[in-house]
Amino acid sequence: MILEQKQCSCCKSHQGTSGGYSEVIRSFERKPGNLIPALHAVQAAAGYLSEEAMLEVAEWLNVPVSDVYGTATFYTLFATKPKGKYIVRLCDSPPCHIEGSNAIMAAITEELGIKPGETTEDGNFTFEIVSCLGLCGVAPAIMVNEDVYGNLSPEMIGDIFLKYRKKES
Amino acid sequence: MPFYRAHVLVCNGTPCILKGSRAVQTALVDEIKKKGLENEIKVVETGCLGISEVGPVMVVYPEGITYCGVTVNDVPTIVEEHLLKGRVVERLVYKERTASHVSAAAASRSREQRVVLKNVGSIDPTSIEEYIAVGGYEAMGKALTQMTPLEVIKAVKDSGLRGRGGAAFPTGLKWELTADAPGENKTIVCNADEGEPGNFKDRLILEGDPHSIVEAMIIAGYAIGANKGYVYIRGEYHQSVSHLERAIAVAREMELLGEDILGSRFNFDIEVFKGAGAYICGEETALLESLEGTRGESRMKPPYPPTSGLHGQPTVINNVETLANIPQIIANGAEWFASIGTEKSKGTKIFSPCGDVLYPGVYEVPFGTTMREVIYEMAGGIKSGKDLKAVLIGGPSGICISKEDLDRQFAFEDLPPGAGALIVIDEDKCIVDIMQNCAKFFLHESCGQCVPCREGTKRLYELFTWWQGGAGSPGDLALAQSLGDVMSVSAKCGLGQFAATAFRTSLPLFEEEYRAHVVDRVCPSGVCKMNNGCESEVV
Repeated sequence: MILEQKQCSCCKSHQGTSGGYSEVIRSFERKPGNLIPALHAVQAAAGYLSEEAMLEVAEWLNVPVSDVYGTATFYTLFATKPKGKYIVRLCDSPPCHIEGSNAIMAAITEELGIKPGETTEDGNFTFEIVSCLGLCGVAPAIMVNEDVYGNLSPEMIGDIFLKYRKKES
Repeated sequence: MPFYRAHVLVCNGTPCILKGSRAVQTALVDEIKKKGLENEIKVVETGCLGISEVGPVMVVYPEGITYCGVTVNDVPTIVEEHLLKGRVVERLVYKERTASHVSAAAASRSREQRVVLKNVGSIDPTSIEEYIAVGGYEAMGKALTQMTPLEVIKAVKDSGLRGRGGAAFPTGLKWELTADAPGENKTIVCNADEGEPGNFKDRLILEGDPHSIVEAMIIAGYAIGANKGYVYIRGEYHQSVSHLERAIAVAREMELLGEDILGSRFNFDIEVFKGAGAYICGEETALLESLEGTRGESRMKPPYPPTSGLHGQPTVINNVETLANIPQIIANGAEWFASIGTEKSKGTKIFSPCGDVLYPGVYEVPFGTTMREVIYEMAGGIKSGKDLKAVLIGGPSGICISKEDLDRQFAFEDLPPGAGALIVIDEDKCIVDIMQNCAKFFLHESCGQCVPCREGTKRLYELFTWWQGGAGSPGDLALAQSLGDVMSVSAKCGLGQFAATAFRTSLPLFEEEYRAHVVDRVCPSGVCKMNNGCESEVV
């Protein structure tokens, strides 16, 4: 049931500290059309979009700061606050809902001790309810970062998180 | 290039991966190395082979033997017996192993007609050589060297191909409008922002046959006079992004993309643009806004993208499945394509039945196929032998139908297929609960730009939530209905216009059930809590 953890090239510096975006940002041509790719790159490097980073992006691409903030908060994949190391995304669109995503939500809430939208105290997990992940063929489904888990039942949740907990201990 | 005497295709569709196909593949590669067969036998990762319910699945060629339910422990036996000694491992062979109902389902699948998906599951999506070996890039060669752009457009028009993203606009006409529009920098955009719940067909094409999209976009670019193409793809589709990026890079290396392609003086290149999680960006003008680097908020129409699209220039935006038809049409001719399907609906359509069906998955059938055939014969019918209650055709933005309509044909003149999602709902489910969930989806995904959608989605969600909590009032049904009617005519884009469609079409079918909730305050299915809204969720 478990996929191996894959790390894409853009996430190599996922653990990076704050600052150091400049180089990431400078790799983009200075035009407003690069805003979304630049935000993707900054977030991949720093884990989230800090105020400083958004200011820097705005300046570099010559986009009003308000537009950068507006764009960053419009899209669900962008985060303006730090998130956990692992982002747990539970789909609650109709196909998953029909197949019992509510029970999965309860199981994850119990397992992690947090509600949707929250991050665990150790900073390891952030739990989010999201729209369709395109995994309707294996509903109900979740993603943990880039790993996909489907055909879930509440009993399977413990084992899934055990793998990540082991990695962190 | 080494010559391999056998190829083992390991299915890497999502269901097989979940059943451990990656571990099986790794074990297979290791075992083959251990036996020193790595120069004789090639292991190939393919897209979904279409029998995921018995996964992990692999096929050994040249014999074409399908093994199913393969575990890591079975791998040494397969290598030793089949690949080394040439003896088929009978106990794992697909037909032997599976129960009779699976065989029946497999037999019915022979009714599938794969045009768009013809390569998915039979070639290695990461290998351009395999794509070329099955005739890939031939259509592009034909278009660029033997046809004028006008002839290409004519072929697409004559084929009768219509958009597969849900709106069903004639593709050839869209190309013609764009080709004729004045403008220097025309663009072709592939809409791979597959966000409608219940749809997962484009993912299969992108993961299983990415070169078909690259080829189609080159042909489209040539036809409309565009030198630049974008694929706008969901940020959540990691494997699709990586397969497509790889395909584009290899095509560039082989000079199938770039300048003076095949000596035709035609220049073309493609860029992959990752979305950032917004359903609205599947709407074409919102997608353009997003490509330009802003919030994905839809534009006023007209002007339509063929005259004023990306940066105000003429732009064609085609769905993934639509584009995947193009190389086939050019290679085999418009007449061939037009011979498939019904009188007014040409070609095939990919459906993705999911929800309460036995075998959720992706099935490609000619237009004219009935819904009963897709749901009962291909997808195996309703799980646990229950009865069918309703189907959302095309997803939450599509229409709701009941079992009375099972024998209608999928065709633009009968039952329009939307983008192909079939969310199947069994008799135990509550229609209000489903509609509340759909409303929650639209409430979350509305961009907030226009009032009918921003307010309408919120009010619908509130109404359904009250009904679920037993807090409805007798006038609510009429109120919700008129709200839905207003949204459908006054919202700025498709999101708001269709956000209430499922409810509006389900109301006449399940009026009694709605009334039970609203007037009698009981849920006949026992799903809704009817707790006077005490615990209703606030969004």
